[in-house]
Amino acid sequence: MGWWCEGGAARRALESKMRTDSPRVDSVMAGERAASFTKRSIKSSAKASGLRLALSMVDLTTLEGKDSPEKARSLCGKAMVPDPEDRTLPKVAAVCVYPNLVRECVTALRGSGVKVASVATGFPSGQYPLEVRLEDVRRAVEAGADEIDMVINRGAFLAGRYDEVAEEIRQTKVACGRAHLKVILETGELETLDNVRRASDLAIRAMSEVGVRHEHGADFIKTSTGKVQPAATMPVTLVMLEAIRDWYERTGERVGMKPAGGIRTAKQALHYLVMVKETLGDEWLTPDLFRFGASALCNDILRQLRWMRTGVYASGYDQSES
Amino acid sequence: MSEKDNGVATATPKAGWDYAPAPETVKVSIAAKYGHFIGGKFVPPRGVGKGEPSHFATINPANEQTLAEVAQGTTADVDAAVSAAEKAGRAWAALPGAERAKYIFRLGRRVQERARELAVLETLDSGKPIKESRDVDVPLVAAHLFYHAGWADKLPYAFPGRQPRPVGVCGQVIPWNFPLLMAAWKIGPALACGNTVVLKPAETTPLTALRLAEIIEECELPPGVVNIVTGDGRTGAALVSHPGVAKVAFTGSTEVGKKIAGATAGTGKKLTLELGGKSANIIFEDASIDQAIEGIIAGIYFNQGEVCCAGSRLFVQESILDMVVRKLRHRLGSLRVGDPMDKNTDVGAVNSKQQLATIEKYVRIGAEEGADLHVGGGTPTGSNPWASVNGGFSKGYFCRPCFFTGVQPAHTIAREEIFGPVLSVMSFRTPEEAITRANNSPYGLAAGVWTDKGGKIFDIARQLKAGVVWMNTYNKFDPASPFGGFKESGFGREGGVQGLRGYVQL
Repeated sequence: MGWWCEGGAARRALESKMRTDSPRVDSVMAGERAASFTKRSIKSSAKASGLRLALSMVDLTTLEGKDSPEKARSLCGKAMVPDPEDRTLPKVAAVCVYPNLVRECVTALRGSGVKVASVATGFPSGQYPLEVRLEDVRRAVEAGADEIDMVINRGAFLAGRYDEVAEEIRQTKVACGRAHLKVILETGELETLDNVRRASDLAIRAMSEVGVRHEHGADFIKTSTGKVQPAATMPVTLVMLEAIRDWYERTGERVGMKPAGGIRTAKQALHYLVMVKETLGDEWLTPDLFRFGASALCNDILRQLRWMRTGVYASGYDQSES
Repeated sequence: MSEKDNGVATATPKAGWDYAPAPETVKVSIAAKYGHFIGGKFVPPRGVGKGEPSHFATINPANEQTLAEVAQGTTADVDAAVSAAEKAGRAWAALPGAERAKYIFRLGRRVQERARELAVLETLDSGKPIKESRDVDVPLVAAHLFYHAGWADKLPYAFPGRQPRPVGVCGQVIPWNFPLLMAAWKIGPALACGNTVVLKPAETTPLTALRLAEIIEECELPPGVVNIVTGDGRTGAALVSHPGVAKVAFTGSTEVGKKIAGATAGTGKKLTLELGGKSANIIFEDASIDQAIEGIIAGIYFNQGEVCCAGSRLFVQESILDMVVRKLRHRLGSLRVGDPMDKNTDVGAVNSKQQLATIEKYVRIGAEEGADLHVGGGTPTGSNPWASVNGGFSKGYFCRPCFFTGVQPAHTIAREEIFGPVLSVMSFRTPEEAITRANNSPYGLAAGVWTDKGGKIFDIARQLKAGVVWMNTYNKFDPASPFGGFKESGFGREGGVQGLRGYVQL
């Protein structure tokens, strides 16, 4: 427990202010703006460089009950050499697994620069006592995870207990130590864009209050676990990017963004890059500040890149599963 | 950047990614020379005075190259067109509504089928971005034709208990900002109500109207039902003052509108005018700010600001003024200005040299009167305000989107219509002040209101003296929704059941 648990009255005042402070979001206009990014025409050299950039931002993910050490090792191989036939391609940003497979990945990825991300805090529901969730985080970090993807307490958030949600994020952030934190809002369960904005502001502020700064990269906010539909959508991501932009303008602190779930095609990935570019600027177009949480996306990007290189589409059996 | 070595911490792709040129590749054929479309066929101009040129050039404002030569309509041409329309009128009016509808539906379908060609042609001749002609202009053209086709056999239901009859020959004069769309706005209701038409497209943008004439031919409309005469203001004047014309519909400047009102007064001609505007866009502190920013952008930079209902006066509640200005500056930086034929261009070329000079005049006056100019993309605004919005383009008529802060209500740029991508930003403190200032204008075409409070938005909208009030959105058009102005923005409505009123006798 730290300083943030003290001064109850002042904190409560701050919390109640936060409730009304977040800007409102008009869902019609936000939807229109999000759709406008898909109208950009990304061709030739812009497409090639955009796809390479997108590839370098992928958190190659497997989050299944049947995941095995063997599957984790294979995933790590793909992360380091996405396409054996084109070794000029960048590596992906990270692999993202359950805590039990962290050690396996750390070993496989040693020295490669590819990060190991672990979901924790009772992923995906978060319906566990706080102590259990924090222990989950500590063990994943201990096992060598570079990044922790936590889920927020949606029950508390939807009940309006924002201070409780924020406090849990702060404690998780402390438990992360030097590992980077990604706060999953599970926007599919928050339903409204007003809620998405409020949860984004709350998470960004809570992470910042702990006061641990990273030398490289940043802490992230993330849309979804991938276990709930709808997962990442463009309007939701746009609202989160706007929260990041407003925070940066106010404090100069950079927060990263990770849409996850539902981004399956190279074309969708380019739409997201356009959205980041036009909302936050080129500065955010780096794996340090933007990630895709995806599994199928990687292969579609590789398929498109191979087509651009050779004029031939790879068939499904030509690509390793990811 | 080498990724081949399997070393530690490989370089990630460098930040910075831009869109490659994405030119629209469809080529359209354009004749070297066009005549008028009279009595169902293209005819050369007649009655050209000695030594007078029979044709003039229409150019591409993005590169100043000539696209084609079009005919300068004479009094004799207008005579011929009006008599062709009169001749066709009786049979057209006698057709059952459902038969007239078939023709109009056919026009709409053919417009859809030739949409890409029409969009390219519109962009070539007008300078508007291909993204807008493709996604806004041409789809709306088809929508207006379909909508009005639907009315043709239902007119008695539009005017219950009355017997709507056609007016006769309609003389229609349209502007250059939405050339084909304005043609559809005019032709659609006229034909549906059983009238015949003589249309004069704007001097600088006749090509899509002439292409529409080809489509009319293809659709086998009876000859003379729609006639198109090209030319400059003199042709328009001859048309509106022609004794055979029973109804005049004009969209354009207030200055010309006043002249037309004078010319038609006492003649018994029906008249509708859709004129200028200086529309207010009002942002309250309880609005969804990021979305309101989009509304401001859509309101003033759509079609280079060459929109009669452009939200050119922005009123921002004082408590959020700084934030809105900051966000607006940031957003301006992501607007792409340039080649209208590039699919990623947001702001294309201004329609003509003359219009660019008008915009220049106002930008200079704005700076001289003491307002502060802001240009997007971190472009420095030096001592020469015009250079910062216009500099750097070697060819074509370009103006970067910009806005002025520190504008006083008495400033010229707060009162007069600029018809360009230039926004005047002002502030207010109370709702009453916002309403008073918004209504303090000789114009009253449109307005926008932005607040997240439901009751308030209706209360404010009710008090604004404008023909169209958009709530938490801007520049949305639908054929079912009537469009038109208060005060010096004109009278009569276009679109909706109200728009039919100008084209029937009851």
